[in-house]
Amino acid sequence: MPYVSTEQPALTGGGYAARAVGLTKVYGSGESEVHALAGINMDIASREFTAVMGPSGSGKSTLMHCLAALDTATSGAVLIGDADLALLNDKALTALRRDHVGFVFQSYNLVPTLTAQENILLPLSIAGRQPDQEWYDTVIDTVGLRDRLGHRPNELSGGQQQRVACARALVSRPSIVFADEPTGNLDSTSGAEVLGFLRRSVSEFGQTIVMVTHDPIAAAYTDRVVFLADGRVVDELRQPTAETVLERMASIQTAAIAAADARLGH
Amino acid sequence: MLRVTLRNLLARKLRLLLSAFAIILGVAFVGGTLVFTDTLAKAFDGIVDGSVPDGYVRPVGSTADDSGGFGTDGRTIPASVVTELEQVTGVARADGTVEGIGLFIVDREGKLVGGRGAPTLAFNYNDAPSMTGEPSVTIPVGTEPEGAGEVVLDERTADAAGYDIGDAVSMVAAGPQPRIEAELVGIAEFGGGGLAGASLVFFDTPTAQGIFLDGEDVFDSIGLTAEPGVSQQQLVDAATAVLPEGVEAVTGDQSAEETEDIVSTALGFLSTFLLIFAAISLVVGTFLIINTFSILVAQRSRELALLRAMGASRRQVTRSVLAEALAVGFVGSTLGLVLGFGLAVGLRALFGYFGLDLSGTPLQFELRTALVCYVVGMTVTVVAAYLPARRASRISPVAAMRDDVALPESSVRRRTLVGAVLAAAGTSLMLVGLFTSVDYTAYLVGGGVLTVLIAVALMSPVLGRPVLRGLGVAYGRVFGTVGVLATQNALRNPRRTAATASALMIGLALVSTMAVLGASINKSIEVAVQEEFTTDYLLSSPTFTNFSTTISDDVRDLDGVDEVSQAQSLPIDIDGTGAFVTAADPDELLAVYELRDTSGSLNVGDGQVALSEDAAQERGVTTGDAVTLTFPSGDQEAEVAGTYETSQVVGNALLPFSTLEAAQVQRQDSTVSVNAAEGVSQSELGAQLDEVVADLPTVTVQNQEDFTDAQRASVNQLLFLIYALLGLAIVIAVLGVVNTLALSVIERTREVGLLRAVGLSRRQLRRMVRLEAVAIAVLGGVLGVAMGLVFGVVLQRSVADDGVTDLAIPVGQLAIVVAVAAVLGVLAAVLPARRAARLNVLRAITTE
Repeated sequence: MPYVSTEQPALTGGGYAARAVGLTKVYGSGESEVHALAGINMDIASREFTAVMGPSGSGKSTLMHCLAALDTATSGAVLIGDADLALLNDKALTALRRDHVGFVFQSYNLVPTLTAQENILLPLSIAGRQPDQEWYDTVIDTVGLRDRLGHRPNELSGGQQQRVACARALVSRPSIVFADEPTGNLDSTSGAEVLGFLRRSVSEFGQTIVMVTHDPIAAAYTDRVVFLADGRVVDELRQPTAETVLERMASIQTAAIAAADARLGH
Repeated sequence: MLRVTLRNLLARKLRLLLSAFAIILGVAFVGGTLVFTDTLAKAFDGIVDGSVPDGYVRPVGSTADDSGGFGTDGRTIPASVVTELEQVTGVARADGTVEGIGLFIVDREGKLVGGRGAPTLAFNYNDAPSMTGEPSVTIPVGTEPEGAGEVVLDERTADAAGYDIGDAVSMVAAGPQPRIEAELVGIAEFGGGGLAGASLVFFDTPTAQGIFLDGEDVFDSIGLTAEPGVSQQQLVDAATAVLPEGVEAVTGDQSAEETEDIVSTALGFLSTFLLIFAAISLVVGTFLIINTFSILVAQRSRELALLRAMGASRRQVTRSVLAEALAVGFVGSTLGLVLGFGLAVGLRALFGYFGLDLSGTPLQFELRTALVCYVVGMTVTVVAAYLPARRASRISPVAAMRDDVALPESSVRRRTLVGAVLAAAGTSLMLVGLFTSVDYTAYLVGGGVLTVLIAVALMSPVLGRPVLRGLGVAYGRVFGTVGVLATQNALRNPRRTAATASALMIGLALVSTMAVLGASINKSIEVAVQEEFTTDYLLSSPTFTNFSTTISDDVRDLDGVDEVSQAQSLPIDIDGTGAFVTAADPDELLAVYELRDTSGSLNVGDGQVALSEDAAQERGVTTGDAVTLTFPSGDQEAEVAGTYETSQVVGNALLPFSTLEAAQVQRQDSTVSVNAAEGVSQSELGAQLDEVVADLPTVTVQNQEDFTDAQRASVNQLLFLIYALLGLAIVIAVLGVVNTLALSVIERTREVGLLRAVGLSRRQLRRMVRLEAVAIAVLGGVLGVAMGLVFGVVLQRSVADDGVTDLAIPVGQLAIVVAVAAVLGVLAAVLPARRAARLNVLRAITTE
């Protein structure tokens, strides 16, 4: 029986696509112990575009990896829908990623031997599922790649490759899409195209997206910005603009400097 | 630069080990062969030195090796000569020797001791010293043999046969007394150390003369012992003065040298045979090294470009890669040498199992062995690494700044062109070697085969494409996306895939060649036997020795027998060219077999000979011409009475028994052919014949079917031996597949991470790697079988005149070769697949 993706059961219990509860992640031990995440509580609402921001080393990438079932937490819980990741074995995690999570990476990460179309359909074909043709067409037209489908990644520009990656993340209608600095390697025009596409897939198609970024302009495309510093959530902003984001970042920076000064006894 | 090289090596111990493996195995094969053959040579030297006396008196021309007459040189020396020699000044003692061949010990279960392995040698016992001054043989346990009913055996033989002192020992002989029984009265010890598995049997002189020399008081040879202070040459000169015509004296040294020459020729064959397989393994290893270094250079290209950017010259880059190869070669050769020693131990045990017992001789490790191993191992590695090293030097410094570094590679088209030229050259070499009469046939054919294989390896990126595409379609159907991904991976770097497959191709091509050749030989035997084996039953020896003519007398006495034909086969020279001839009563022979005469008459009388068409043509003679037959005792002229269509039954020539008598060849039978009398069924006759030879394990009774089976079994035995030896080359090639896959997985770490991130399960990932391995291996199998078919057919054509008249293509066996290749692929993928599946998804995906 072909599994039709539109009939996929929603995992979004209680209106949340994903939740982190008391999430900590510790690297190393003893003297060299580093708390990358020092107790994070965060809810990712369904059908929302969330940005995670913070200075380098604030733990934003670690947070995303933990939320996306790519990394395991030291303590605390991560839930995608109702599924507690700590209770799942590798096989179940693989299935969860395959069926309910989408990824967009900074460095595209396309399979070089496959065409654009084959790359887009890869998660579905790994799962042995047929794409929902209507949704597939919508995705392809939205990313504007119809005439490039037969090309290999090395025949596409960076922006085109990233749009292929976005289409791949969305085509299986995952419960949640994680994007790690998706515009980090792109020029501003290509970046704007990709962000516009992500925005539309939330507004028009009701996707849930979590994006890690350090770019205030990129953050302005989202519904909500979560600010991280030293492995903690320190602030949050709804309906952000580039200016308000920049402002918050500056104040977080100032606070951090003041705290450092205080520690040093000034 | 050297430090960079060494750091690289240490940082990649696993890769170092994998690429060194090819060298280790190849060098081990070389080292093991050398150590083992040196040990064999040492053992035989000990035997010769321990058995040859100061001076040796023998019929003129009968060398120590009697096999020129199949041990049937019947010339003897009268006992009176011994007495005369004893009187000669300078001679301390003269001992007449009876050298009995064709005698076998039968153990308690009725089986032959030794059989086809080491020989059984029978002598009259004496305590004469060898030229070392020690007695050749002592009897530490029991007494000397005295009288017809007593015998002495060496300890190993007595143990193997299960005889203790006082037991009755059963023996069979080829002389007029086919069955002999005697009481074991003593255990002999050989003065020269180990016997290499040979069995020694001693009787007293009259008994030995009775068994082997028709009871006459004569000897086969006389051993001379010099007085103290008399040199070997003085001894021989003094002895020669009293010798009758037709008898000569030679020094012990000369006699020993003659024997050692024969032994070293035989050992030369053995060591060449083994070294050929070592060479094949090394050629396969070369592919593996080229491939490994190419991949390593590709993966390090950015680092090499950085070195160039910082001012390293091209030559320095080349040299750093070659230095790495040299280090790998050194480590590989060292480990190979150690493993080779182990291999020699294994070979010694294996030969011991087949009756060539060398446990009395320690393994011989010579400096030459170590030198050869290091030179071979390091040369092969450096030569193989040269191409990748040169390519590394062509990386431009600016590549260090780029993201994707594409290594400069020669175009596939140029490779294909070079391959096509090489293929043509190799084919011509092969054809010239096979179908024209030139010297160095083996070198030409071997070189041609190797050249063609290298040519195919060069062209394989192109030749392999349709195979991989075809597999890809099948994979896609059966395994879906995972199958498609696997195919794409195999196609991604066609050179690498093809080179890996080519290494496997070489071994499998040779296996397939042997399969085709073996099947053709078997079919030819079958056809020939069906056409020519017109007798109901054939009595012959499974040990390829002769048996007593009294057996045919017993057979003639049976009721159910109609025609009986005795035949004695032996190798002689006709007009200076070696031939395998059969002596028989022509009337009897022609009554049993249908020989088709092409000219003259086959009814050869005294002083006549009939030649096969081929043999006559080869010597340029026809009916009525005279030919010279060369026996150990001397030459005989014979008239060609007729010629016949080449036949397996008779060989190159047919002689009457009278010619053998004139040549003083001992009359024994090689075969006895028997037809059933009217009204007697074949099985009835078979039962009667079985009864005649029941207690003679040297004689077997076979009908057409038994005979075919026995022939086929010996062909198959040789085939399996060759398959086993080629197995090493295949093992090396499989290691190559492992290596390529492991390095590919490392290279594609990020991609593997991505696939896992988007939902590829571990099992699917393992399957993907496995399918890629199977694709590579099947490509090797398909190319190998194709090449093997070509070689096999060409070889069969070239030996069609030598009896391999019919071509047979063992389709089933060839299919098995491809299937085995696929299985090898699955095995090769086990470790790389596990490694890929273990990759941490997050780390893999964020790796550089």
